[in-house]
Amino acid sequence: MANLKDLKNRIKSVKSTQKITSAMKMVAAAKLRRAQENAEASRPYSTRMSAIINSLASKASPETAPALLAGTGNDNRVLLIVLSADRGLCGGFNGSIIRSTRRQVESLNKEGKTVELLMVGRKAKDALQREFHDIIVDTKEGVQGTSVSFADIDSISDIIIQRLENGDLDRCQIIYNRFVSAIAQEVTIDTLIPITIEQDVDAGTDDMAAAPYEYEPDEATVLEDLLPRNLSTQIYAAILESSASELAARMTAMDNATRNAGDLIDRLTMVYNRSRQAAITTELIEIISGAEAL
Amino acid sequence: MAETTAFELVTPARIMMAIDASMVVVPGSMGLFGAMPRHAPTISTLQRGVVEVYVNGSVSNRIMVDGGIVDVTEDRCTVLAERAVNLDNADRSDLEAQRQTANNNGNAREEEFLDAAISAL
Repeated sequence: MANLKDLKNRIKSVKSTQKITSAMKMVAAAKLRRAQENAEASRPYSTRMSAIINSLASKASPETAPALLAGTGNDNRVLLIVLSADRGLCGGFNGSIIRSTRRQVESLNKEGKTVELLMVGRKAKDALQREFHDIIVDTKEGVQGTSVSFADIDSISDIIIQRLENGDLDRCQIIYNRFVSAIAQEVTIDTLIPITIEQDVDAGTDDMAAAPYEYEPDEATVLEDLLPRNLSTQIYAAILESSASELAARMTAMDNATRNAGDLIDRLTMVYNRSRQAAITTELIEIISGAEAL
Repeated sequence: MAETTAFELVTPARIMMAIDASMVVVPGSMGLFGAMPRHAPTISTLQRGVVEVYVNGSVSNRIMVDGGIVDVTEDRCTVLAERAVNLDNADRSDLEAQRQTANNNGNAREEEFLDAAISAL
């Protein structure tokens, strides 16, 4: 059995670990609230944007529609944008992204498609670099948290648009953790290009269907101007969701860690007290038997 | 009370402004135009410029936008802009600091926009 001094040190070290994890939990919880607010605040923009796109897209004919809307007509090359965290210690957050990415790449490969990866966030890149290094086209780091600027996002959508124009891409998907609640995140794969047009959306939203719109300068120009913005908006929304999910995952993970540390401390304290008692008993027996021998 | 149009200015980060206006003048890419109640439904792209919100016949708010899109219907006017600065409560030194950061980050577009916003103050 470990001696008393070792046990004491062990307890001390677990206690300080517990302090760190509980502090991290608190920080994550505070940041989570802001990230959640950010994610919610960004929704009006993207819903209004998609409403306009939808009403425009239903008018555009498939032959003349821009590639950003309808794709290139082929479906051979797929670009997968993978959103993970830059930092670890957030439970299964990065692991589940990595797993789903691997599965998605496999299934796309099986369909005979060429897959390329655009990694946003360090953790998934680190994990997948070895097996997928030849299909990773670019990596972005530091594009997350509560202070994402739209300029960062533009640099990502620029890459996508560039590749689309060069004919290196037919379909673009984004894989990220969608924020469901503080204890649940869901790995989601959304298709950014081609855009899925919800035909019945017009009927649902206010006056979109009722009034014939006038377009200035004209429909095609508006659409051309709008589509790159829409791409950025969607990526932005996904990144905000992913940031909120990361913080939520970290909060849960750190909460568990704090509780585990508490259990461990209890157990160790018990062992410590027992061995201390045992030592006292042994000493007493020695004294008594020494006295009897006299 | 005269008729109003529900004006909204939405950026990716938040709904920046929501107000009932008697007229909104927006910098459309084909030129400035005013959106009043019962305006024909229009979707127009915007160029960099100032959105002026009129309430009861006088300008109540001025917002600098860096392009974007406006969706006008008979009873509302929604401006979607990626970058927007509210010129009424913006602080010159604040904007200049932001411009400096944009400059340091080599973000030319942001810098140009903030320049324009500062000169429109």
